Amino acid sequence: MKHRSVLFVIAVLVLSLAIIPAASAETIKIGAILAVTGPASFLGGPEARTLEMLVEQTNAAGGINGQKVELIIKDSGANPEKAISFAKQLIEEEKVVVVLGPSTSGETMKIKKIFEEAGTPLVSCAAAEVIVNPVAQYVFKTPQKDSYAAQKIFETMKTLGISKIAVLAGNTGFGKAGKEQLIKLAPEMGITVVEAEVYDAKSTDLSAVVAKIKANKDVQAVVNWSIVPAQAIVAKNMRQAGWDVPLFQSHGFGNIKYVEAAGAAAEGIIFPAGRLLVAEQLPTGHPQKALLMEYIAAYESKYKEAASTFGGHAYDAYIVAKAAIEKAGTDKAKIRDEIEKIKNLPGTGGIFSFTADDHNGLDIDSFEMITVKDGQFVPYKGM
Amino acid sequence: MSVELFVQYLFAGITYGAIYAIVAIGFNIIYNTTGIINFAQGEFVMLGGMISISLLPFMPLYAAIALAVLMTMLFGALLEICFIRWLESPGVLRMIIITIGLSILTREAALHLWGESIRSLPYFIGDEITTVAILGARISPQVLWVIAVCGLMVLFLSVFFQATSVGREMKACAANRRAAILCGINTRNMVTLSFMLSAGIGALAGCVMSPITSSGYDIGTGLAIKGFTVAILGGLGNSMAAVGAGLLLGILEAFSISVVPLAFKDAIAITILLLILFVRPHGLFGSSTAAGLKEF
Repeated sequence: MKHRSVLFVIAVLVLSLAIIPAASAETIKIGAILAVTGPASFLGGPEARTLEMLVEQTNAAGGINGQKVELIIKDSGANPEKAISFAKQLIEEEKVVVVLGPSTSGETMKIKKIFEEAGTPLVSCAAAEVIVNPVAQYVFKTPQKDSYAAQKIFETMKTLGISKIAVLAGNTGFGKAGKEQLIKLAPEMGITVVEAEVYDAKSTDLSAVVAKIKANKDVQAVVNWSIVPAQAIVAKNMRQAGWDVPLFQSHGFGNIKYVEAAGAAAEGIIFPAGRLLVAEQLPTGHPQKALLMEYIAAYESKYKEAASTFGGHAYDAYIVAKAAIEKAGTDKAKIRDEIEKIKNLPGTGGIFSFTADDHNGLDIDSFEMITVKDGQFVPYKGM
Repeated sequence: MSVELFVQYLFAGITYGAIYAIVAIGFNIIYNTTGIINFAQGEFVMLGGMISISLLPFMPLYAAIALAVLMTMLFGALLEICFIRWLESPGVLRMIIITIGLSILTREAALHLWGESIRSLPYFIGDEITTVAILGARISPQVLWVIAVCGLMVLFLSVFFQATSVGREMKACAANRRAAILCGINTRNMVTLSFMLSAGIGALAGCVMSPITSSGYDIGTGLAIKGFTVAILGGLGNSMAAVGAGLLLGILEAFSISVVPLAFKDAIAITILLLILFVRPHGLFGSSTAAGLKEF
């Protein structure tokens, strides 16, 4: 009796050994490092949910080239140290063919080198320009460049006759990079930055700093550059201080939850963003319209929450990776080459055309200036 | 510095300060009856805000707040009954680790329950852009709410500890536990009560501050650190000193912005904590002989 059970165990072991590699050989492993929790969860949450939904759709439709996709999401909590260890784990242990994410620029910059050395493509969902400038062989990103965002903001300011501004930024990678871009580009556009302050990403009240910049009577407009919930707090504190200069935000404002958090104080905020937020108002026949409407409908019916541009960045990262894998199979170096060859691929952020020098693939027209009216995002059409 | 700017900084400082003071008082109430620091104190503030936001669709604002405070008090009592009550003379270190564990547990449970998004209660009066002018400075009426509610809580607590028999029994536990037992006071129930009390005031603070600062599952830790700093600054166990220390820290933080960049705000709080621990470990308002008698 005992003999037989031992034999049985051995048989099971042998069988499982035979089955496991066979099963895994048939799936394509895609990794994702996203800030699902923590201060950047506004980004990572929708991104993770978007990827799960897309992978489900792909697998339901038969996978990529007949192979099922296996998605491995790691929650970094926006912590660069965690992102580093997850990057190594995904590359070395899980042997994924491509990694999507991270959600934040700070994390992406920390793990850039690891992907270069391992020769694994990384398609980041973070926005800072430094991620792809200078170009790293294996690192791509889907959100629009922050220099384009800064340019768009300055162009709008000029139409309003604004020349002296205050800059506020969160102390995240995205905030710091944005502040640098604003200060660098301002003189070229004939704009002077008279006040610049950086605040902690976890700040819950900024009324003191608002009081400080408000005391400078030269300030004609404020630009706030962050991805954290403090965006809503800046708006509230400014309006509470009875200060009604125009408030510009970065493309990090593209989540309707920030508008809800700021309530009446969000009215009139102007910011550049992808067309996802105003998909319904796009003219029929716009190359992005059908895709945006489809994504928004699928996301909102599945998760019962409004789609945001951040989920869109993950959507774009996924379709870019998928398009490359369809041509290259599971060879990591070939996938990289195929991403560079992608031309005119419509995504949520714009129409992607990558080249060897441009690992972002979007131009300035991918941005639309958007404002908040009655708690909704609408295209900005002058004051 | 103009009068207007001065008043603006002052109100910002008093708002932070009042909230820090309430968290510090929560620390002190539990410290007094048990001799431990309850690092889950910040989570009570978080729970107050989050529960009231969840209840809001079903009932009027003030009812939601009242129910949220009651539920958080119940939660505080449950924590004590399940994890602390049955321990026989636990060591300080063990208790600290238990409360840190409870804090992490609560936070993770909140993450699964409410998700990662930030929410807030509506403003009690007006909305996000309503302002009141005081000496040329403009502040939100909610700031006045925070200051008034925190002030009333402090008043209520001091009356409670001075004038009611339950309050005096709790004070007796704090002064000498064994003597209190000999006088027939059920010290275990007093400990449960102290957890309920500090959970209740934390939750109420969490509700009134929610419109200004927003509530999220992870706001507890930051508040606990600030509240701890204030409790140490005032002298552990001294609730009235915590009010002074809280306002002092809040105002210092607010005014520091006019001299050093905003990003250094938290560094200032931590620097003060370290300085106090080195120079006056018994706190600004505490006495060193009294501190010498305490376990830590």
